[in-house]
Amino acid sequence: MQKSLRKYWAVFTLPTLICFAIAFLIPFIMGFGLSFAKFTTVTDAKFVGFSNYIRAFSGDDTFLPALGRSFLFTIASVILINLFAFIFALLLTRKMRGTNVFRTIFFMPNLIGGIVLGYIWQLIFNGILARYGLTLTSDGKYGIFGLIILMCWQMTGYMMVIYIAGLQNVSPDLIEAAEIDGATPSQILFRIKIPMVMPSITICMFMTLTNSFKLFDQNLALTNGAPGNDSALVALDIFKTFYNRPGYEGVGQAKAVVFAVILAVIAMIQLRVTRSKEVES
Amino acid sequence: MQKKRKTSNVVIMIILIAISCLFIAPILIVLMNSFKGKLFISDQPFTFPTFAKQDLGEAGIQPKTFVGFKNYANGIEKIHFWGALGRSIFITVFAVLLIVLFTSMTAWFITRVKNKYTNGLYYLFVFSMVIPFQMVMYAMTKVADVLHLSNPIGILVLYLGFGAGMSVFMFSGFVKGIPIDIEEAATIDGCNPLQCFFKIVLPVMKPTAITVAILNAMWVWNDYLMPYLVMGKDYPTVPIAIQYLQGGYGSIDMGAMMAMLILAIIPIIIFYAFCQKYIIEGVVAGAVKG
Repeated sequence: MQKSLRKYWAVFTLPTLICFAIAFLIPFIMGFGLSFAKFTTVTDAKFVGFSNYIRAFSGDDTFLPALGRSFLFTIASVILINLFAFIFALLLTRKMRGTNVFRTIFFMPNLIGGIVLGYIWQLIFNGILARYGLTLTSDGKYGIFGLIILMCWQMTGYMMVIYIAGLQNVSPDLIEAAEIDGATPSQILFRIKIPMVMPSITICMFMTLTNSFKLFDQNLALTNGAPGNDSALVALDIFKTFYNRPGYEGVGQAKAVVFAVILAVIAMIQLRVTRSKEVES
Repeated sequence: MQKKRKTSNVVIMIILIAISCLFIAPILIVLMNSFKGKLFISDQPFTFPTFAKQDLGEAGIQPKTFVGFKNYANGIEKIHFWGALGRSIFITVFAVLLIVLFTSMTAWFITRVKNKYTNGLYYLFVFSMVIPFQMVMYAMTKVADVLHLSNPIGILVLYLGFGAGMSVFMFSGFVKGIPIDIEEAATIDGCNPLQCFFKIVLPVMKPTAITVAILNAMWVWNDYLMPYLVMGKDYPTVPIAIQYLQGGYGSIDMGAMMAMLILAIIPIIIFYAFCQKYIIEGVVAGAVKG
Protein backbone atom coordinates (compact mmCIF):
# COMPACT_ATOMS: atom_id res chain seq x y z
CA MET A 1 0.00 0.00 0.00
CA GLN A 2 2.86 2.35 0.85
CA LYS A 3 4.04 2.17 -2.74
CA SER A 4 0.77 3.13 -4.40
CA LEU A 5 0.16 5.76 -1.74
CA ARG A 6 3.55 7.34 -2.32
CA LYS A 7 2.59 8.24 -5.86
CA TYR A 8 -0.24 10.30 -4.51
CA TRP A 9 1.97 12.46 -2.31
CA ALA A 10 1.06 15.64 -4.14
CA VAL A 11 -2.67 15.17 -3.66
CA PHE A 12 -2.36 14.36 0.01
CA THR A 13 0.31 16.73 1.18
CA LEU A 14 0.70 19.59 -1.27
CA PRO A 15 -2.30 21.77 -0.30
CA THR A 16 -1.35 21.67 3.38
CA LEU A 17 2.34 22.08 2.69
CA ILE A 18 1.95 25.09 0.43
CA CYS A 19 -0.26 26.84 2.96
CA PHE A 20 2.05 25.82 5.80
CA ALA A 21 4.98 27.30 3.93
CA ILE A 22 3.13 30.57 3.25
CA ALA A 23 1.69 30.99 6.72
CA PHE A 24 4.44 29.57 8.88
CA LEU A 25 7.66 28.36 7.35
CA ILE A 26 8.61 31.32 5.17
CA PRO A 27 7.46 33.94 7.73
CA PHE A 28 9.35 32.06 10.43
CA ILE A 29 12.62 32.05 8.52
CA MET A 30 12.09 35.63 7.36
CA GLY A 31 11.23 36.69 10.89
CA PHE A 32 14.36 35.09 12.23
CA GLY A 33 16.45 36.80 9.57
CA LEU A 34 14.78 40.16 10.09
CA SER A 35 15.64 40.08 13.77
CA PHE A 36 19.23 40.76 12.67
CA ALA A 37 18.27 43.61 10.38
CA LYS A 38 17.15 47.19 10.47
CA PHE A 39 14.08 47.65 8.30
CA THR A 40 10.85 49.54 7.82
CA THR A 41 9.64 47.36 4.98
CA VAL A 42 11.02 43.96 4.14
CA THR A 43 12.77 45.23 1.02
CA ASP A 44 14.95 47.84 2.73
CA ALA A 45 16.34 45.45 5.38
CA LYS A 46 19.99 46.01 6.28
CA PHE A 47 22.02 43.57 8.32
CA VAL A 48 22.91 44.96 11.75
CA GLY A 49 24.03 41.86 13.66
CA PHE A 50 22.89 41.55 17.22
CA SER A 51 22.13 45.21 17.75
CA ASN A 52 18.34 44.65 17.76
CA TYR A 53 18.75 42.14 20.56
CA ILE A 54 20.96 44.50 22.49
CA ARG A 55 18.46 47.31 22.01
CA ALA A 56 15.59 45.08 23.11
CA PHE A 57 17.28 44.46 26.42
CA SER A 58 19.11 47.68 27.14
CA GLY A 59 18.02 50.51 24.88
CA ASP A 60 14.33 49.79 25.43
CA ASP A 61 12.72 50.23 28.80
CA THR A 62 9.50 48.32 28.12
CA PHE A 63 10.62 44.80 27.23
CA LEU A 64 12.16 43.53 30.46
CA PRO A 65 9.35 44.89 32.65
CA ALA A 66 6.75 43.35 30.32
CA LEU A 67 8.61 40.06 30.38
CA GLY A 68 8.77 40.10 34.17
CA ARG A 69 5.10 40.95 34.37
CA SER A 70 4.31 38.08 32.05
CA PHE A 71 6.25 35.68 34.26
CA LEU A 72 4.45 36.77 37.44
CA PHE A 73 1.10 36.82 35.69
CA THR A 74 1.68 33.33 34.30
CA ILE A 75 2.72 31.88 37.66
CA ALA A 76 -0.33 33.38 39.40
CA SER A 77 -2.83 32.35 36.77
CA VAL A 78 -1.42 28.83 36.30
CA ILE A 79 -1.67 28.16 40.04
CA LEU A 80 -5.10 29.70 40.52
CA ILE A 81 -6.71 28.25 37.40
CA ASN A 82 -5.48 24.72 38.08
CA LEU A 83 -6.39 24.89 41.75
CA PHE A 84 -9.94 26.09 41.08
CA ALA A 85 -10.39 23.75 38.15
CA PHE A 86 -9.29 20.75 40.18
CA ILE A 87 -11.55 21.64 43.10
CA PHE A 88 -14.52 22.14 40.79
CA ALA A 89 -13.74 18.83 39.11
CA LEU A 90 -13.66 17.05 42.49
CA LEU A 91 -17.01 18.57 43.41
CA LEU A 92 -18.58 17.71 40.09
CA THR A 93 -17.49 14.07 40.02
CA ARG A 94 -19.53 13.30 43.14
CA LYS A 95 -22.81 11.59 42.46
CA MET A 96 -25.10 14.54 42.55
CA ARG A 97 -27.94 16.00 40.57
CA GLY A 98 -27.31 18.87 38.18
CA THR A 99 -23.59 18.33 37.66
CA ASN A 100 -24.04 18.60 33.89
CA VAL A 101 -25.70 21.99 34.18
CA PHE A 102 -22.79 23.28 36.28
CA ARG A 103 -20.25 21.92 33.82
CA THR A 104 -22.04 23.68 30.98
CA ILE A 105 -22.10 26.98 32.83
CA PHE A 106 -18.48 26.86 34.01
CA PHE A 107 -17.22 26.01 30.55
CA MET A 108 -19.13 28.71 28.70
CA PRO A 109 -16.79 31.71 29.16
CA ASN A 110 -14.14 29.84 27.24
CA LEU A 111 -16.05 30.15 24.01
CA ILE A 112 -16.16 33.92 24.17
CA GLY A 113 -13.32 35.60 22.36
CA GLY A 114 -10.56 37.54 24.09
CA ILE A 115 -11.60 40.95 22.76
CA VAL A 116 -15.17 40.54 23.94
CA LEU A 117 -13.99 39.18 27.30
CA GLY A 118 -11.73 42.16 27.76
CA TYR A 119 -14.54 44.67 27.27
CA ILE A 120 -16.95 42.74 29.47
CA TRP A 121 -14.50 42.89 32.36
CA GLN A 122 -13.48 46.45 31.65
CA LEU A 123 -17.05 47.48 32.43
CA ILE A 124 -17.13 45.46 35.65
CA PHE A 125 -13.72 46.48 37.00
CA ASN A 126 -14.30 50.13 36.18
CA GLY A 127 -17.68 49.93 37.87
CA ILE A 128 -16.12 48.56 41.04
CA LEU A 129 -13.07 50.84 41.03
CA ALA A 130 -15.24 53.90 40.41
CA ARG A 131 -16.52 53.61 44.00
CA TYR A 132 -13.01 54.41 45.16
CA GLY A 133 -12.57 57.13 42.59
CA LEU A 134 -10.23 54.99 40.49
CA THR A 135 -10.24 53.42 37.05
CA LEU A 136 -8.59 50.35 35.60
CA THR A 137 -5.90 52.50 34.08
CA SER A 138 -5.05 54.46 37.23
CA ASP A 139 -2.31 52.00 37.99
CA GLY A 140 -0.73 49.18 36.00
CA LYS A 141 -1.35 46.65 38.74
CA TYR A 142 -5.13 46.96 38.44
CA GLY A 143 -4.88 45.85 34.83
CA ILE A 144 -2.72 42.87 35.76
CA PHE A 145 -4.97 41.79 38.66
CA GLY A 146 -7.90 42.25 36.33
CA LEU A 147 -6.30 39.97 33.77
CA ILE A 148 -5.71 37.29 36.40
CA ILE A 149 -9.38 37.35 37.41
CA LEU A 150 -10.41 37.38 33.75
CA MET A 151 -8.18 34.40 32.94
CA CYS A 152 -9.53 32.44 35.90
CA TRP A 153 -13.06 33.13 34.73
CA GLN A 154 -12.20 32.12 31.20
CA MET A 155 -10.03 29.05 31.64
CA THR A 156 -11.15 27.36 34.85
CA GLY A 157 -14.08 25.67 33.14
CA TYR A 158 -11.91 24.36 30.31
CA MET A 159 -9.35 22.86 32.65
CA MET A 160 -12.12 21.54 34.91
CA VAL A 161 -13.54 19.54 32.01
CA ILE A 162 -10.13 17.93 31.43
CA TYR A 163 -9.69 17.15 35.13
CA ILE A 164 -13.18 15.64 35.25
CA ALA A 165 -12.24 13.31 32.41
CA GLY A 166 -9.07 12.36 34.29
CA LEU A 167 -10.89 11.76 37.57
CA GLN A 168 -13.50 9.61 35.87
CA ASN A 169 -10.73 7.36 34.65
CA VAL A 170 -9.56 6.60 38.18
CA SER A 171 -10.87 3.12 38.83
CA PRO A 172 -13.59 3.07 41.51
CA ASP A 173 -12.25 -0.32 42.68
CA LEU A 174 -9.00 1.30 43.67
CA ILE A 175 -10.77 3.92 45.77
CA GLU A 176 -13.09 1.35 47.29
CA ALA A 177 -10.15 -0.85 48.20
CA ALA A 178 -8.46 2.10 49.87
CA GLU A 179 -11.63 2.94 51.76
CA ILE A 180 -11.87 -0.62 53.05
CA ASP A 181 -8.26 -0.40 54.15
CA GLY A 182 -9.25 2.63 56.17
CA ALA A 183 -7.80 5.46 54.10
CA THR A 184 -9.10 8.91 54.96
CA PRO A 185 -10.59 11.12 52.22
CA SER A 186 -7.46 13.26 52.19
CA GLN A 187 -5.24 10.18 51.86
CA ILE A 188 -7.40 9.02 48.96
CA LEU A 189 -7.05 12.44 47.36
CA PHE A 190 -3.27 12.79 47.73
CA ARG A 191 -2.20 9.15 47.43
CA ILE A 192 -4.59 7.94 44.75
CA LYS A 193 -6.54 10.60 42.89
CA ILE A 194 -3.77 13.15 42.32
CA PRO A 195 -1.12 10.64 41.18
CA MET A 196 -3.67 8.99 38.90
CA VAL A 197 -4.66 12.24 37.20
CA MET A 198 -1.06 13.38 36.59
CA PRO A 199 -1.53 13.13 32.80
CA SER A 200 -4.40 15.63 33.06
CA ILE A 201 -2.26 17.85 35.25
CA THR A 202 0.50 17.78 32.63
CA ILE A 203 -1.87 18.89 29.90
CA CYS A 204 -3.68 21.50 31.99
CA MET A 205 -0.40 23.00 33.17
CA PHE A 206 0.87 23.11 29.60
CA MET A 207 -2.26 24.78 28.27
CA THR A 208 -2.60 27.34 31.06
CA LEU A 209 1.10 28.12 30.91
CA THR A 210 1.33 28.67 27.17
CA ASN A 211 -2.00 30.50 27.00
CA SER A 212 -1.11 32.84 29.85
CA PHE A 213 2.26 33.58 28.39
CA LYS A 214 0.83 34.24 24.93
CA LEU A 215 -2.06 36.32 26.26
CA PHE A 216 -2.78 39.17 23.88
CA ASP A 217 -6.41 39.92 22.98
CA GLN A 218 -7.63 40.24 26.56
CA ASN A 219 -4.72 42.51 27.41
CA LEU A 220 -5.42 44.70 24.39
CA ALA A 221 -9.13 45.06 25.11
CA LEU A 222 -8.93 45.43 28.88
CA THR A 223 -6.33 48.18 29.21
CA ASN A 224 -4.25 48.26 26.03
CA GLY A 225 -1.27 48.40 28.35
CA ALA A 226 -2.28 51.67 29.98
CA PRO A 227 -1.17 53.61 31.91
CA GLY A 228 1.94 53.99 29.83
CA ASN A 229 3.05 50.45 29.26
CA ASP A 230 2.47 49.41 32.87
CA SER A 231 -0.11 46.73 32.28
CA ALA A 232 1.29 45.37 29.03
CA LEU A 233 2.32 41.73 28.95
CA VAL A 234 5.06 40.59 26.63
CA ALA A 235 2.88 39.75 23.60
CA LEU A 236 1.26 43.19 23.66
CA ASP A 237 4.62 44.87 24.17
CA ILE A 238 5.97 43.15 21.05
CA PHE A 239 2.93 44.18 19.05
CA LYS A 240 3.31 47.79 20.15
CA THR A 241 7.00 47.81 19.35
CA PHE A 242 6.24 46.66 15.82
CA TYR A 243 3.29 48.84 14.97
CA ASN A 244 3.42 51.93 17.20
CA ARG A 245 7.11 52.79 17.16
CA PRO A 246 8.56 53.57 13.75
CA GLY A 247 12.20 52.55 13.53
CA TYR A 248 11.75 49.77 16.08
CA GLU A 249 10.55 47.02 13.71
CA GLY A 250 13.78 45.09 14.02
CA VAL A 251 13.73 45.39 17.79
CA GLY A 252 10.18 44.07 17.78
CA GLN A 253 11.26 41.08 15.73
CA ALA A 254 14.19 40.42 18.05
CA LYS A 255 11.82 40.54 21.01
CA ALA A 256 9.56 38.07 19.22
CA VAL A 257 12.45 35.65 18.74
CA VAL A 258 13.37 35.91 22.42
CA PHE A 259 9.71 35.37 23.30
CA ALA A 260 9.49 32.26 21.11
CA VAL A 261 12.65 30.80 22.61
CA ILE A 262 11.53 31.45 26.19
CA LEU A 263 8.12 29.95 25.51
CA ALA A 264 9.60 26.85 23.90
CA VAL A 265 12.07 26.37 26.74
CA ILE A 266 9.62 26.75 29.63
CA ALA A 267 7.02 24.60 27.88
CA MET A 268 9.63 21.87 27.43
CA ILE A 269 10.82 22.07 31.03
CA GLN A 270 7.25 21.96 32.31
CA LEU A 271 6.41 18.91 30.17
CA ARG A 272 9.57 17.11 31.35
CA VAL A 273 8.89 17.82 35.00
CA THR A 274 5.22 16.87 35.11
CA ARG A 275 5.65 13.90 32.73
CA SER A 276 8.26 12.44 35.05
CA LYS A 277 5.67 12.44 37.85
CA GLU A 278 3.14 10.45 35.83
CA VAL A 279 2.51 6.91 36.98
CA GLU A 280 1.45 3.93 34.92
CA SER A 281 -2.06 2.90 35.83
CA MET B 1 -22.90 7.87 56.63
CA GLN B 2 -25.66 8.13 54.05
CA LYS B 3 -27.23 11.08 55.83
CA LYS B 4 -23.94 12.85 56.27
CA ARG B 5 -23.32 12.55 52.55
CA LYS B 6 -26.71 14.10 51.82
CA THR B 7 -26.15 17.19 53.96
CA SER B 8 -22.68 17.70 52.54
CA ASN B 9 -24.18 17.43 49.06
CA VAL B 10 -26.64 20.19 49.90
CA VAL B 11 -23.79 22.42 51.06
CA ILE B 12 -21.81 21.69 47.91
CA MET B 13 -24.88 22.35 45.79
CA ILE B 14 -25.32 25.77 47.37
CA ILE B 15 -21.65 26.60 46.81
CA LEU B 16 -21.87 25.50 43.19
CA ILE B 17 -24.99 27.57 42.60
CA ALA B 18 -23.24 30.60 44.07
CA ILE B 19 -20.21 30.06 41.81
CA SER B 20 -22.47 29.59 38.78
CA CYS B 21 -24.03 32.94 39.53
CA LEU B 22 -20.56 34.47 39.57
CA PHE B 23 -19.85 32.86 36.22
CA ILE B 24 -23.00 34.14 34.57
CA ALA B 25 -23.09 37.55 36.26
CA PRO B 26 -20.62 39.34 33.95
CA ILE B 27 -22.70 38.50 30.91
CA LEU B 28 -25.95 39.48 32.62
CA ILE B 29 -24.43 42.80 33.67
CA VAL B 30 -23.47 43.54 30.09
CA LEU B 31 -26.94 42.51 28.93
CA MET B 32 -28.55 44.81 31.48
CA ASN B 33 -26.36 47.71 30.46
CA SER B 34 -27.02 47.20 26.79
CA PHE B 35 -30.48 48.59 27.43
CA LYS B 36 -29.31 51.68 29.29
CA GLY B 37 -28.54 55.10 27.93
CA LYS B 38 -24.84 55.43 27.19
CA LEU B 39 -24.30 58.17 29.73
CA PHE B 40 -25.45 55.99 32.61
CA ILE B 41 -23.36 52.91 31.90
CA SER B 42 -19.99 54.02 33.22
CA ASP B 43 -21.51 55.74 36.26
CA GLN B 44 -23.80 53.01 37.48
CA PRO B 45 -23.07 49.72 35.76
CA PHE B 46 -24.64 47.59 38.49
CA THR B 47 -28.11 49.10 38.65
CA PHE B 48 -31.12 47.98 36.66
CA PRO B 49 -32.37 50.29 33.94
CA THR B 50 -35.10 52.58 35.22
CA PHE B 51 -38.24 52.93 33.20
CA ALA B 52 -39.52 56.31 34.38
CA LYS B 53 -38.21 59.47 36.01
CA GLN B 54 -38.15 59.17 39.77
CA ASP B 55 -38.11 61.92 42.32
CA LEU B 56 -35.61 60.96 45.00
CA GLY B 57 -36.31 63.98 47.21
CA GLU B 58 -33.14 65.72 48.31
CA ALA B 59 -30.92 63.49 46.18
CA GLY B 60 -32.52 64.98 43.11
CA ILE B 61 -34.30 63.40 40.22
CA GLN B 62 -33.29 60.02 38.91
CA PRO B 63 -33.61 60.02 35.14
CA LYS B 64 -35.09 57.29 33.03
CA THR B 65 -32.18 55.15 31.88
CA PHE B 66 -33.96 52.53 29.77
CA VAL B 67 -33.54 53.14 26.05
CA GLY B 68 -34.93 49.95 24.50
CA PHE B 69 -33.00 48.70 21.49
CA LYS B 70 -31.52 52.08 20.61
CA ASN B 71 -27.98 50.93 21.50
CA TYR B 72 -28.36 47.90 19.28
CA ALA B 73 -29.54 49.94 16.32
CA ASN B 74 -26.71 52.45 16.89
CA GLY B 75 -24.01 49.84 17.23
CA ILE B 76 -25.12 47.79 14.25
CA GLU B 77 -24.98 50.87 12.09
CA LYS B 78 -21.70 52.17 13.51
CA ILE B 79 -19.62 49.05 13.01
CA HIS B 80 -21.60 47.49 10.14
CA PHE B 81 -22.26 44.54 12.37
CA TRP B 82 -24.09 42.32 9.89
CA GLY B 83 -21.29 42.51 7.37
CA ALA B 84 -18.74 41.61 10.03
CA LEU B 85 -20.92 38.75 11.24
CA GLY B 86 -21.33 37.37 7.72
CA ARG B 87 -17.58 37.61 7.16
CA SER B 88 -16.82 35.88 10.46
CA ILE B 89 -19.23 33.06 9.65
CA PHE B 90 -17.84 32.66 6.12
CA ILE B 91 -14.22 32.59 7.26
CA THR B 92 -14.86 30.24 10.18
CA VAL B 93 -16.92 27.73 8.19
CA PHE B 94 -14.57 27.52 5.23
CA ALA B 95 -11.36 27.63 7.24
CA VAL B 96 -12.59 24.74 9.38
CA LEU B 97 -13.68 22.72 6.36
CA LEU B 98 -10.35 23.22 4.62
CA ILE B 99 -8.36 22.45 7.75
CA VAL B 100 -10.25 19.23 8.47
CA LEU B 101 -10.09 18.00 4.88
CA PHE B 102 -6.49 18.79 4.03
CA THR B 103 -4.79 18.17 7.36
CA SER B 104 -6.49 14.79 7.74
CA MET B 105 -5.18 13.82 4.31
CA THR B 106 -1.70 15.02 5.15
CA ALA B 107 -1.70 13.35 8.54
CA TRP B 108 -2.77 10.03 7.06
CA PHE B 109 -0.10 10.24 4.39
CA ILE B 110 2.77 11.10 6.70
CA THR B 111 1.77 8.43 9.18
CA ARG B 112 1.34 5.67 6.62
CA VAL B 113 4.31 6.46 4.40
CA LYS B 114 7.31 6.17 6.66
CA ASN B 115 10.53 7.79 5.54
CA LYS B 116 12.81 10.55 6.67
CA TYR B 117 10.87 13.24 4.79
CA THR B 118 7.54 12.43 6.33
CA ASN B 119 9.20 12.09 9.70
CA GLY B 120 10.85 15.48 9.32
CA LEU B 121 7.54 17.01 8.25
CA TYR B 122 5.84 15.62 11.32
CA TYR B 123 8.35 17.26 13.62
CA LEU B 124 8.11 20.50 11.69
CA PHE B 125 4.35 20.56 12.30
CA VAL B 126 4.85 19.80 15.99
CA PHE B 127 7.45 22.55 16.22
CA SER B 128 5.05 25.08 14.72
CA MET B 129 2.62 24.49 17.56
CA VAL B 130 4.82 26.07 20.23
CA ILE B 131 5.83 29.12 18.23
CA PRO B 132 3.83 32.20 19.25
CA PHE B 133 2.09 34.18 16.54
CA GLN B 134 4.20 37.28 17.30
CA MET B 135 7.21 35.48 15.89
CA VAL B 136 5.74 35.24 12.40
CA MET B 137 3.17 38.04 12.34
CA TYR B 138 5.17 40.74 10.63
CA ALA B 139 6.60 38.55 7.88
CA MET B 140 3.30 36.72 7.42
CA THR B 141 1.52 40.00 6.80
CA LYS B 142 4.08 40.95 4.16
CA VAL B 143 3.94 37.54 2.47
CA ALA B 144 0.14 37.69 2.46
CA ASP B 145 0.31 41.14 0.88
CA VAL B 146 2.62 40.04 -1.91
CA LEU B 147 0.48 36.99 -2.66
CA HIS B 148 -2.78 39.01 -2.56
CA LEU B 149 -4.16 37.02 0.32
CA SER B 150 -5.46 40.06 2.20
CA ASN B 151 -9.11 39.22 1.77
CA PRO B 152 -11.65 36.79 3.26
CA ILE B 153 -10.77 34.08 0.75
CA GLY B 154 -7.01 34.51 0.89
CA ILE B 155 -6.96 34.40 4.67
CA LEU B 156 -8.28 30.83 4.47
CA VAL B 157 -4.85 29.86 3.14
CA LEU B 158 -3.23 31.38 6.22
CA TYR B 159 -5.65 29.66 8.58
CA LEU B 160 -4.97 26.32 6.95
CA GLY B 161 -1.25 26.95 7.13
CA PHE B 162 -1.04 28.24 10.66
CA GLY B 163 -3.62 25.77 11.99
CA ALA B 164 -1.97 22.81 10.26
CA GLY B 165 0.46 22.07 13.09
CA MET B 166 -2.05 21.21 15.76
CA SER B 167 -4.50 19.54 13.40
CA VAL B 168 -1.92 17.31 11.70
CA PHE B 169 -0.58 16.39 15.14
CA MET B 170 -4.01 15.36 16.38
CA PHE B 171 -4.97 13.43 13.26
CA SER B 172 -1.60 11.65 13.23
CA GLY B 173 -2.08 10.59 16.83
CA PHE B 174 -5.35 9.02 15.83
CA VAL B 175 -4.10 7.34 12.64
CA LYS B 176 -1.28 5.66 14.59
CA GLY B 177 -3.94 3.97 16.69
CA ILE B 178 -6.01 2.47 13.88
CA PRO B 179 -4.96 -0.89 12.39
CA ILE B 180 -3.75 -0.79 8.82
CA ASP B 181 -5.50 -4.06 7.87
CA ILE B 182 -8.76 -2.62 6.58
CA GLU B 183 -6.91 -0.15 4.39
CA GLU B 184 -4.76 -2.93 2.96
CA ALA B 185 -7.83 -5.06 2.32
CA ALA B 186 -9.43 -2.17 0.49
CA THR B 187 -6.30 -1.69 -1.61
CA ILE B 188 -6.29 -5.36 -2.56
CA ASP B 189 -9.94 -5.04 -3.53
CA GLY B 190 -8.88 -2.38 -5.99
CA CYS B 191 -9.31 0.92 -4.14
CA ASN B 192 -6.82 3.60 -5.08
CA PRO B 193 -5.45 5.64 -2.17
CA LEU B 194 -7.99 8.42 -2.69
CA GLN B 195 -10.93 6.04 -2.60
CA CYS B 196 -9.39 4.29 0.35
CA PHE B 197 -9.04 7.59 2.20
CA PHE B 198 -12.51 8.93 1.55
CA LYS B 199 -14.42 5.66 1.84
CA ILE B 200 -12.61 4.07 4.75
CA VAL B 201 -10.19 6.29 6.62
CA LEU B 202 -12.21 9.49 6.80
CA PRO B 203 -15.36 7.82 8.19
CA VAL B 204 -13.26 6.09 10.86
CA MET B 205 -11.65 9.43 11.76
CA LYS B 206 -14.99 11.15 12.30
CA PRO B 207 -14.65 11.63 16.09
CA THR B 208 -11.20 13.18 15.68
CA ALA B 209 -12.45 15.29 12.78
CA ILE B 210 -15.20 16.70 15.00
CA THR B 211 -12.65 17.49 17.70
CA VAL B 212 -10.31 19.20 15.26
CA ALA B 213 -13.24 21.11 13.76
CA ILE B 214 -14.42 22.38 17.15
CA LEU B 215 -11.00 23.46 18.38
CA ASN B 216 -10.29 25.26 15.12
CA ALA B 217 -13.74 26.86 15.01
CA MET B 218 -13.17 28.31 18.50
CA TRP B 219 -9.80 29.66 17.42
CA VAL B 220 -10.80 31.11 14.04
CA TRP B 221 -14.06 32.64 15.24
CA ASN B 222 -12.38 34.45 18.12
CA ASP B 223 -9.11 35.25 16.41
CA TYR B 224 -8.28 38.93 16.40
CA LEU B 225 -4.67 39.55 15.48
CA MET B 226 -4.33 37.62 12.23
CA PRO B 227 -7.41 39.04 10.46
CA TYR B 228 -6.60 42.48 11.87
CA LEU B 229 -3.07 42.49 10.49
CA VAL B 230 -3.89 40.77 7.22
CA MET B 231 -7.25 42.30 6.26
CA GLY B 232 -7.48 45.22 8.67
CA LYS B 233 -10.04 47.90 8.01
CA ASP B 234 -11.16 46.58 4.64
CA TYR B 235 -12.75 43.38 5.85
CA PRO B 236 -13.37 43.51 9.60
CA THR B 237 -14.57 40.38 11.38
CA VAL B 238 -16.66 40.59 14.54
CA PRO B 239 -13.79 40.96 17.06
CA ILE B 240 -12.16 43.62 14.87
CA ALA B 241 -15.41 45.54 14.41
CA ILE B 242 -15.85 45.58 18.18
CA GLN B 243 -12.31 46.77 18.70
CA TYR B 244 -12.99 49.65 16.30
CA LEU B 245 -15.69 50.94 18.66
CA GLN B 246 -12.84 51.79 21.00
CA GLY B 247 -11.29 53.88 18.26
CA GLY B 248 -8.43 56.25 18.90
CA TYR B 249 -8.21 58.34 22.04
CA GLY B 250 -11.83 59.46 22.01
CA SER B 251 -14.40 58.11 24.44
CA ILE B 252 -16.21 54.92 23.59
CA ASP B 253 -19.95 54.85 22.96
CA MET B 254 -20.59 52.52 25.90
CA GLY B 255 -24.17 51.83 24.88
CA ALA B 256 -23.20 50.60 21.44
CA MET B 257 -20.30 48.66 22.96
CA MET B 258 -22.55 46.78 25.38
CA ALA B 259 -25.06 45.99 22.66
CA MET B 260 -22.37 44.73 20.29
CA LEU B 261 -20.81 42.56 23.01
CA ILE B 262 -24.18 40.89 23.49
CA LEU B 263 -24.63 40.40 19.74
CA ALA B 264 -21.13 38.91 19.55
CA ILE B 265 -21.92 36.46 22.34
CA ILE B 266 -25.30 35.29 21.03
CA PRO B 267 -23.98 33.17 18.11
CA ILE B 268 -21.56 31.42 20.49
CA ILE B 269 -24.30 30.66 23.00
CA ILE B 270 -26.50 29.25 20.23
CA PHE B 271 -23.62 27.16 18.89
CA TYR B 272 -22.85 25.95 22.40
CA ALA B 273 -26.48 25.12 23.17
CA PHE B 274 -26.74 22.93 20.08
CA CYS B 275 -23.48 21.06 20.31
CA GLN B 276 -22.27 21.36 23.88
CA LYS B 277 -21.90 17.59 24.14
CA TYR B 278 -19.55 17.55 21.17
CA ILE B 279 -17.74 20.68 22.30
CA ILE B 280 -16.97 19.37 25.76
CA GLU B 281 -16.05 15.90 24.47
CA GLY B 282 -13.97 17.45 21.72
CA VAL B 283 -12.07 19.66 24.11
CA VAL B 284 -11.27 16.67 26.33
CA ALA B 285 -10.25 14.49 23.39
CA GLY B 286 -8.12 17.31 22.01
CA ALA B 287 -6.35 17.74 25.32
CA VAL B 288 -5.72 14.06 25.89
CA LYS B 289 -4.37 13.51 22.40
CA GLY B 290 -2.51 16.83 22.39
